[in-house]
Amino acid sequence: MELEAAKMIGAGIAVLSLAGAGIAIGNIFSSYLTGAMRNPSAAQKQFPNLLLGFALAEATGLFGLVVALIILFAF
Amino acid sequence: MATNPMAQFEVYRIGPEIKLGTIDISFTNSSLFMIISSLAILLIFNLGSKKNSLLPDKVQLLAELSYSFVSKMISDTAGSKAKPYFSFIFSLFMFVLFCNMFGMMPYSFTVTSHIIVTFVLAFFVFVGVTVIGFMKHGFGYLKLFVPSGVPALLLPLIVIIEIISYLSRPISLSVRLFANMLAGHTMMKVFGGFVISLGIVGGWLPLSFSVALTGLEFLVAFLQAYVFAILTCIYLNDALNLHH
Repeated sequence: MELEAAKMIGAGIAVLSLAGAGIAIGNIFSSYLTGAMRNPSAAQKQFPNLLLGFALAEATGLFGLVVALIILFAF
Repeated sequence: MATNPMAQFEVYRIGPEIKLGTIDISFTNSSLFMIISSLAILLIFNLGSKKNSLLPDKVQLLAELSYSFVSKMISDTAGSKAKPYFSFIFSLFMFVLFCNMFGMMPYSFTVTSHIIVTFVLAFFVFVGVTVIGFMKHGFGYLKLFVPSGVPALLLPLIVIIEIISYLSRPISLSVRLFANMLAGHTMMKVFGGFVISLGIVGGWLPLSFSVALTGLEFLVAFLQAYVFAILTCIYLNDALNLHH
């Protein structure tokens, strides 16, 4: 296989990790909303934790994106 | 046609070339934006703390809000023992926040989109936390790697996993900030390129998407500075209050 084509395929596969990040972010927000609907008075206190979880989950997916960019541009 | 979306991350020299032995220490656009953000922080906090009136004006309100925000974050996550480290975490948070925010201006340069900048910040946090931990607890700090209530059979495996996760802290802390900045700015450039290439007929859809993305990127710029600071607090909490 040509190197250029293999690089493109590899970068495409690496970006699949963002699907996991999508599932994770959706899960975090849905759990937060479920909890907040059940006990609205406690919702405000957990908002920083929501943001922290969102950022952590998003970052794990972005590691895959960095791998894709490294494959495309650094090699 | 649009240029390469990675061209915005290029570091170039401003002014003369300065060499220290074989190391190039010339003044670059990266250094320029670091100086701009540091000066902006100094300006805001100097103006904000000059008058100290009971009824604060806008700048004083901004300074007081950010002070109490970081102070509350530290006391919530790391407890009262972390008070002496307030100034370090505050400057870390403010520097990362201002670098991210100045990077959002068109035609500017995002300092935090380079792994070496974020890695040096994260590495100093890691070294500082380890030194503080050993100073407070001596060799008892190594108990951090031995969680309580684990079956003896699993213990060697758990200790190895804990050590690896401890040592990968500076890498994960720096890659998180760098990857978010890099991915966000690349995505904005790619969608900006779609607007040009689709022209006046089909360009409206990516244009509206790119406006929404800019809003999201402002959120991410703040959020990543917040996460960087709060993870520093959590690591500091491990070193100060050893629960075992």
